[in-house]
Formats: sequence, C-alpha cells, structure tokens
Amino acid sequence: MKAIVCVKQVPDTSGKVAVNENGTLDRASMATITNPDDLAAVEAALRLKDQTGCEVIVVTMGPPPAEGMLRELIARGADRAVLVSGREFGGSDTFATSQILAAAINKIGVEKGDVVFCGRQAIDGDTAQVGPQIAEKLHLPQITYVADVKVEDGVVTAKRMLEDGFMMIQAETPCLLTCVKELNEPRYMSVGGIFECYSKPMDVFDYNALKDDPLIEVDTIGLKGSPTNVFKSFTPPQKGAGTMLEGDDVAAQMAGILAAKHLI
Amino acid sequence: MAYDCTDTAAFKGVWVFCEQREGKLMPTDFELISEARKLADELGCELSGLLLGENVEGIAKELGGYGADKVLVCDSPLLKDYTTDAYTKVICDVIHEYKPEVFLIGATNIGRDLGPRCAARLHTGLTADATHLDIDTAKYMDFLRTSSTIDVDSQKFNMEDRNLKMTRPAFGGHLMATIICPRFRPQMSTVRPGVMKKSAFDAAKAEACQIVKPAFELTEADCKTKVLSIEKAAKKMVDLIGADVVVSVGRGISKDPQAGIKLAEELAAELGGVVGASRAVVDSGWISSDHQVGQTGKTVHPKIYVALGISGAIQHVAGMQDSEMIIAVNKNDMAPIFGVADYGICGDLFKVVPQLIASIKAAKAAE
Repeated sequence: MKAIVCVKQVPDTSGKVAVNENGTLDRASMATITNPDDLAAVEAALRLKDQTGCEVIVVTMGPPPAEGMLRELIARGADRAVLVSGREFGGSDTFATSQILAAAINKIGVEKGDVVFCGRQAIDGDTAQVGPQIAEKLHLPQITYVADVKVEDGVVTAKRMLEDGFMMIQAETPCLLTCVKELNEPRYMSVGGIFECYSKPMDVFDYNALKDDPLIEVDTIGLKGSPTNVFKSFTPPQKGAGTMLEGDDVAAQMAGILAAKHLI
Repeated sequence: MAYDCTDTAAFKGVWVFCEQREGKLMPTDFELISEARKLADELGCELSGLLLGENVEGIAKELGGYGADKVLVCDSPLLKDYTTDAYTKVICDVIHEYKPEVFLIGATNIGRDLGPRCAARLHTGLTADATHLDIDTAKYMDFLRTSSTIDVDSQKFNMEDRNLKMTRPAFGGHLMATIICPRFRPQMSTVRPGVMKKSAFDAAKAEACQIVKPAFELTEADCKTKVLSIEKAAKKMVDLIGADVVVSVGRGISKDPQAGIKLAEELAAELGGVVGASRAVVDSGWISSDHQVGQTGKTVHPKIYVALGISGAIQHVAGMQDSEMIIAVNKNDMAPIFGVADYGICGDLFKVVPQLIASIKAAKAAE
C-alpha cells in the first residue's frame, strides 16, 4: 500500500509579486514555497502512514532546485521522493503536465490499496486541473475538494466540499483525491527527519526515463506541444485615484454623495 | 466520420454545460448562456445548452430565454446527482457525436471537477476560470485598450483570427493571461461565476427553444464513485454575487472582530446589502468562508462596495474592482485600497462607521 503525493513548488504570491517589463513573472526575485493545498495532501498521506504504515512517496515536476522542497517533505515524514525534471517538460500546460506526472506515477506503479493525493490547486496558476487530468490518464476514480477523508479496507470515504454544502463520496482504491487546506493542519519537520532527509532515496525522472511510457505523447508536452498557448499576458491598469474625503464631517460628506447619486 | 480533435473545420457550434443541483438550474448557467450567445453570433453559429439530470426536460426551455437555440437533454436516474464518471462519459460521448467548436462550463466546484476530466478525455486544452471571452479580434483589441497596459495600436493582430480568446487572472490577479487553443477542438474553458452578465429573459425565445435528446449509453458500472449523501450547509449562505451592496471587513477589525462585523452588518442593513470579508478575516475564523471576496473567494460587482479595514491586497482587489462605486475606510493613508477606491476615508473604522450609519440615517430622514 502506497500513498503517492503530487506537490508543486510555487512563488509566494502572498508577499510582494514582481513583474517583468514584458508582463511575465519575475520568479528569480520571489521566494518559493510548497503550494499550501499540496501540504494538506502531504499531511493526509502522512496520517494514512501513521494509521497503516504505508509508504509515502512525494512527486514533483519542476526544475532541479525543487529537490530542496522534496527533502523538506521527507523531513516531515515522506519515505522517498521523485523529481520529474527535464527541459522538454518546461512550459507545459495542465494537459501536458498531467501526462508527464501520470507517466511518472505509472512508473512508480499504482496498485489496489494505493491512494494518489494532490492539492486542489496551486496558487500560481489556480487551475485545479492537473489532479483530475492525472486521474483521467491513469483511469482512476477521483474525488476533488476533499475536506475530510477516511481510508478503510481499501475503500475511501471523503467529504467533498460544494459551494452550498458538501457531498459524502465513496470510491475504491486505487483512487485520486485533491485536498483543500481545511483538511488538516500540516505537521512540522521533525529533528530526526531533518537529520535523515538526505539519506532517503530520491529518484530523478527525466525525459528519457518517461518518453516511452504509453501515457505520454511526446508531441503534446512542453511549451510547444501543449494544447493551450498564452496568446497575450498583461498587467491590469491601475485605476485612477479617487477622492480622499477630509475634514471632521467625512461621514456626512459620504452620506451626501450617496444621497446625491440616489444610492440611499 | 471518425472523430478527430485536430480537424478544426469539422467542429461547429457553441455549447454551454448547464449545471443543475436538485433539479434546479444554477445562476451561472444563465450568465454563461447570455455570454455564449454573443460568441455564437460572432461565429455565426448555433448556441446549445447541455443539460444532464433526471427528469430535467421541464427546466430546459428557460435557457432559451437567455439565448440558447437548443438544449440537449440527457435524462437518466444515473445522472440525478453529479458524479465525475457518469457526467464525463455522457458529455464526451455526446461531444464525439455532435462536435461543438466551443464548450464552456461554469467554474463551480462541480464544473472544475468535470471540465479537466472531459478535456483530458477529449484530448483538448482547457482554460481555467476565465473572466473574459472573445472571438472577434477587434472586440478583443477594445478589451485590451480598457483592461490592460498594452499599447494595442503598436501591436500587430490577425483580424481574421477566429480562435476563442480566453482571458483569466493568474498569480492571484497580478497578471492577466489570454489563452488560446488553436490546434485542438473543442475550445474549452471553465468560466468564473458572477462575472458574465445575465441578459434579460425573453419569454418568446424560451418558447421557441428546441429540445434535443441525444442517444447515450450509461450503466451503473460506469460510475466508479458513489454519492452516499448530499448535505446542505446548516446556515443560509450569504448571496454575495447577487447583492447590490457589499460591506466587507478586513484585518482592521482585529482589535474586536465581533464588534467590527456587527458594525459592518449594521451599515450593510442601512444600505440594503450584505457583509463580505477579506481572506484574512475568513482565515482567522471570524466569519465563514461564504463571505470571502477575492481571487480565492467570490467576484462581486455591486453598485456600492464598502471596504472596511481592508488593505487592498491584489487578491482581494481582483474580486471587487469592477464594483460601480468603491468606498474605502482605512487607518493607513498609504493602504493600496485607496488606489482603487472612488471615495476614501482615512480613519479608524470603529469611529467612522457609527458616524457613517448616523449620517446615512439622517440623510434618509431628510429626503
């Protein structure tokens, strides 16, 4: 029994976001973090390990420095890591990314009893598409927006959030879940984990390792192959500054404006 | 003829997935049909709604009132409640048969589960959570003139381009990106609820709307997940998207969150509106997440938006900048919220809001 967790290293958009003159993101000047929803996915996998003793494998696609994030996740309790990295993968959209990750997961191997955990969405793209698309490629049932989960005898029961409530959904393993950060409170790295994190195995899957997998079509990956392309990217204009109300009677001024515009 | 997702010329028509819950259409269905009508007119093609459920034929014609020429209805007890597998199978089978050029899905929690699964199976691209759509290049250029810092007239555009241009916020609203899917069909996008404007209902068009019942096959064995129960949230959710006035609170209420929220409620009641909140307030557990405005919350465009003690992080601004009038109250005169506000009041919300309530009451009494 395995828990495979897909994670992404993202620029920290909660802080200052730097934009290049050409409208692209100035990633070099920004701090990176593990995507918050993905940390919930890692924690869910670690809790499954606490409960069943299963192996936890963290997988990411990204440039070589993403190894640092994977080592941190090992220090939190993951048993091993897979870094999917290759120039051919760069610029992939969600369709392309999901093929590559599905092939990587296929190489790790998915069997009865296994659960694939993903975060609901990454804060840089906010698409929420890669999880379901991996599930489709691997022919796994999916449960998205998971806010509570129980795994018993190879059956997953999950609370799936809706805008106006929730559904309780059941699926047999192997299956794929996408987790929201309300699912749990991620644990910290342990001292022992930090000591051991460089002695645990980390595999690197490059283009050659995955290109012959039946789940990958080599002509629909990367920037050129991706079905969707960025036609334009731009920054929204700053709205002109409004009026600052001043004086002792700002409240009365404001009420006067609302009355004059027939808004009250 | 065999289905070939790269044979772009073989695909015709604009489709909208019309989501129903408990046999009722979702508000976003009407928004999407209204917007898709414009796209279909620009392409010179038909607009069809796609409705899945059990005994839902009766609600289909209403979609015609917002612009659908046709509604394809797939009726089955196995489609009563949404499941990824059943809906994906039926939708992909019907798309294989009819080959629409454009397929739009509301970016609800269900739409965002369904869209990626369908796009992967159909072997096509999918844009997430679009907030603006164009076919016509001249219209797209007009959009860029008002919504971007691009010097549109210094750039070359192909005026013959008939690809769907799908614009969405990225990096928490710091950047906007226009996405195209030139090589594969259908061109798919999920569309953010509350952003597209619903057109006026036309009863004659609703009556004229044609109902089509495509053939499909679906058995229980196709559904790998089982819905055990569906629970509605215990308390009534706030209708932020439909509200004319939204009074939102931010971190500025932290010295007494309950009192701050109460003041916002009083002001909202006086203006005939509802209470919204920034992410910080929701994350602190002071108010439930259905109140959240912004990139990860809801997008609103009320007549009046009042921001109380909200600094104006771009993720929040992304969800409210299209409000007709923005009033900001903040202690910090350098707060970015004043950059988007029409009227700014620099002061402590705990002092300003009671005065504002009193002044509005007085102004109303004077009328």
